[in-house]
Amino acid sequence: MINIFSHFSSQLLVGLGWTVLSSVIALFFSLIIGTIFAIMEIVPNKVLRTIGRAYVEIFRNIPLLVITMFFYLVIPMYVVKINGFTAGTIGLSLYTSAFIAETVRSGIQSVAGGQMEGARSTGMTYWQAMRYIILPQAFKIVIPPLGNQFVNLVKNSSVLAFVAGFDLMYQANSIASTTFDTINSYLVVGVLYLIITLPLSYYMQHLEKKLA
Amino acid sequence: MSMIEFHDVQKFYGHFHALHDINLKIDQGETVVLIGPSGSGKSTLVRTVNGLESIQKGQLIVNNHDLSDPKTDLNILRRDVGMVFQHFNLYKNKDVLENIMLAPRIVSHMPEKENKEQAMHLLEMVGLEKWAHNMPSQISGGQKQRVAIARTLAMRPKLILYDEPTSALDPEMIDDVLQVIKKVTTDSGMTSLIVTHEMGFAKEVANRVIFMDQGRIVEDDASESFFKRPKTERAQQFLSKIISH
Repeated sequence: MINIFSHFSSQLLVGLGWTVLSSVIALFFSLIIGTIFAIMEIVPNKVLRTIGRAYVEIFRNIPLLVITMFFYLVIPMYVVKINGFTAGTIGLSLYTSAFIAETVRSGIQSVAGGQMEGARSTGMTYWQAMRYIILPQAFKIVIPPLGNQFVNLVKNSSVLAFVAGFDLMYQANSIASTTFDTINSYLVVGVLYLIITLPLSYYMQHLEKKLA
Repeated sequence: MSMIEFHDVQKFYGHFHALHDINLKIDQGETVVLIGPSGSGKSTLVRTVNGLESIQKGQLIVNNHDLSDPKTDLNILRRDVGMVFQHFNLYKNKDVLENIMLAPRIVSHMPEKENKEQAMHLLEMVGLEKWAHNMPSQISGGQKQRVAIARTLAMRPKLILYDEPTSALDPEMIDDVLQVIKKVTTDSGMTSLIVTHEMGFAKEVANRVIFMDQGRIVEDDASESFFKRPKTERAQQFLSKIISH
């Protein structure tokens, strides 16, 4: 294991970098997209609600690999040329956003009710009540489940390996096929994933305790 | 001038007929108490007045806004119609002072200095100026309800709806809240519609009592004559049961 790491350290660090980069980008976009669709799922407007619901059900129930392949193969063919990293990160963002939408929606619904009525009764609009009262409380509630989504997101970023995204998993495959030391190649990469996910996991637990 | 007018209002939840043929006129400045057994439609009626519940038939006019017209902007109506809830509904993410200052700031765009002075003044009035920077979770139920009343007053409403304001409180907290409501209803010339089970309080503050049962207004009378002797047997029965303990 040490051998593999010292021989291929630069290649592995590049992989680590792409994995982290993809995760951070996907985290950012999936949070925004997820929150937008979470709100769409619960607004009074029926058309928006249906669109929100459909989005979540579609992206939540198709395998991540299929979504990613779609962006890797179909989009470049008909729409615009994108590389594997971009395709993978888009797939990852959309897939994760569906789960985040569900998490945020349940958070909003657990806060709404009395808090919404209290706010609306003072003359606030629906959106003012959302912004000042409901969403701040909802985000606090959903931090623990969102933490799980983030950890999943990092692990799921290994899907980039299938579309030449140069991430950790991609490097593991490439090291394994050049050295034939499959066991150690994947062990090293497993440890590197843990280096990202364990601190994230602990940080989330800490945050959960602090906010409770 | 009338503040609230119900004309043959009907309210349904699916097939359940929650409000039957409601006809009611409440004038500006009146303090009206709404009583009746649970499930009689008191809360539903009060909640239709600021549009928290929709009506299916008839006409409802509040402060010159027609709530039966879907084009009516409820947000504008609600600036002048405050509501105090059974479970307070204070904003859990804001401290006591912010609970009071938020709506004047973002709804009526009151200058910050005036807003703060008003909020502190209201907190003094309800006896909670020391608690301005506490979170709602740090104060008692009775204190929460007094903050909720201050929050409602901060919008300077013409009408306040009280939906069982003391039903969720410990017995020893009830009196403080009732004293505040009494002060608010008597000094201000504001119109108040109060759902309550506190008969002593009702007798003290109300000009007029409305008794409801099974979604209908059964009796509507001046407070004095109602408490002396209700006209209908159903109301007599209700009153004798409530006062006996």
